[in-house]
Amino acid sequence: MAMTVELPALEQTDARTDAMMPPASSARLARYARPALGLLLPVGLALVWEVVVWLGFSNGRLVPPPTRIFATIMEMTKSGELSRHVMATLMRVGTGFGLGVVAGTLLGAISGYWDLARRLLDPTVQALRAIPSLAWVPLFILWLGIFETSKVALIAAGVFFPVYLGVMGAILSVDRKIVEVGRTFRLSGPAMIRRILLPAVLPAYVVALRVGLGLGWMFVVAAELMGASEGLGYLLLDGQQLGKPAQILAAIVIFAILGKATDWLIEVATAPLLRWQDAFGRQGGGS
Amino acid sequence: MLALDRVGKTYPNGVHALERFSADIRPGEIVAIIGGSGCGKSTLLRAIAGLDRASAGTVTLDEEAITSPHAKIGIIFQEPRLLPWLSVADNIGFGLSDLPANVRGGKVLRALARVGLSDKAKAWPRELSGGQAQRVAIARALVPQPEVLLLDEPFSALDAFTRRDLQDHLLDLWNDTRPTLILVTHDVDEAVVLADRVLVMRPRPGRLFEEIKINLARPRDRNSPHFDNFKRRVLTALDRSLDRNVPDADPKSTTGEAMWW
Repeated sequence: MAMTVELPALEQTDARTDAMMPPASSARLARYARPALGLLLPVGLALVWEVVVWLGFSNGRLVPPPTRIFATIMEMTKSGELSRHVMATLMRVGTGFGLGVVAGTLLGAISGYWDLARRLLDPTVQALRAIPSLAWVPLFILWLGIFETSKVALIAAGVFFPVYLGVMGAILSVDRKIVEVGRTFRLSGPAMIRRILLPAVLPAYVVALRVGLGLGWMFVVAAELMGASEGLGYLLLDGQQLGKPAQILAAIVIFAILGKATDWLIEVATAPLLRWQDAFGRQGGGS
Repeated sequence: MLALDRVGKTYPNGVHALERFSADIRPGEIVAIIGGSGCGKSTLLRAIAGLDRASAGTVTLDEEAITSPHAKIGIIFQEPRLLPWLSVADNIGFGLSDLPANVRGGKVLRALARVGLSDKAKAWPRELSGGQAQRVAIARALVPQPEVLLLDEPFSALDAFTRRDLQDHLLDLWNDTRPTLILVTHDVDEAVVLADRVLVMRPRPGRLFEEIKINLARPRDRNSPHFDNFKRRVLTALDRSLDRNVPDADPKSTTGEAMWW
């Protein structure tokens, strides 16, 4: 019985993959061509600047050409200095991001799920959110000292708000009709959360995490600029004070790479959970 | 047996949606509830489903009062309401999570074959057409083998072709286990083609106006004069239900037997 059911299905998928062969190769081309298009402008500008300095139209002292930035990065890598600074920054972002996500998720979920908690909690959180987070810096230093704790606290505070808002908003906007399906199948409270609410809020949660991570990277710079002996932010400050623009640009490039890479990690880690989404940006996924 | 005893519903905002609705529905019977907008037919269905509590009267299934969703009662909504993050097969098996995976898998596979969607088992809901999605919703509601299946305008969002197809398909599926079907609709054709009994409601507040028995053998020919005759009777009843001067008919005295039988 099962065989007769499955056979036509198998034949059909085979036929479909056969028919798909020619468009698949052109689709692969398009997949590589599209990011390449985005690289055109920055790579082109870098090349132009490199040539301008090479031809002697500018000495490139304040705006070093790409090769000089690259050389600085290589030099710092060789001396082991770079990995020390990168590790220090990554540790701060990692810890602060982790703490901010945990707190934001917990409080956001409580306020989203429980009406009374939202009325109690949300006005205060919203008021705190209205304060520019950098305004906390002096207070954090007074309370937590000049070393790691105050830096991590600042990053955590920056990550907390978008995650809190994202989780709460996502829970509040879960479709009542879908929740009703859970009710008709008599799901218990925990089962309702696990089988309906969690999957429903996941897309918005991923967005909140990515926004939070972006703010985490922003705040680590602020935290390290206010006084640090290591970290990428320290490289920025050191480069300014000693007049080494190549070092500043090297730090900026590494910030960009790390920020993009960590964001990409979240995207890749959550992609298998979000394959079901029917979104504008996801072309060719449907039938 | 499903017994509705003087079911009434007044919403917290004071809207009087349903008043003293009584009906006894036999196991395996197909009942269509029809009426103009605001006649409380969806309110009634939600009370039977246990999704909203009636503010007056009782709904009992086999002597058991229904106040919250019940294992023996399934419901199909106007929209398929599939869970977009589950595959078609997982959507159908959604109500079977208590069963071991292999038993559940077997039931889902049979249900997929029964609604003609075996090749869509692994598809996402977004990849289905409207008619296919509603067939998945029907399968999801039928797989736990409910004794009563409620349908809230299940085909009204579909085109006429698909609608006819699904009406026939629903009857075919009903024949497997013969659950009680209660169908809310505003489509006279649909009511007459499916139902043993059509309950015509009148609005403001919603209440039972007339009961018409459809004594036609299945499968019913939509083009036969008998079919037309029943359609006309339902339409007439609907027209009269909107006339405030006509009093409510006593449902007990209306037999509606076919004169040509």
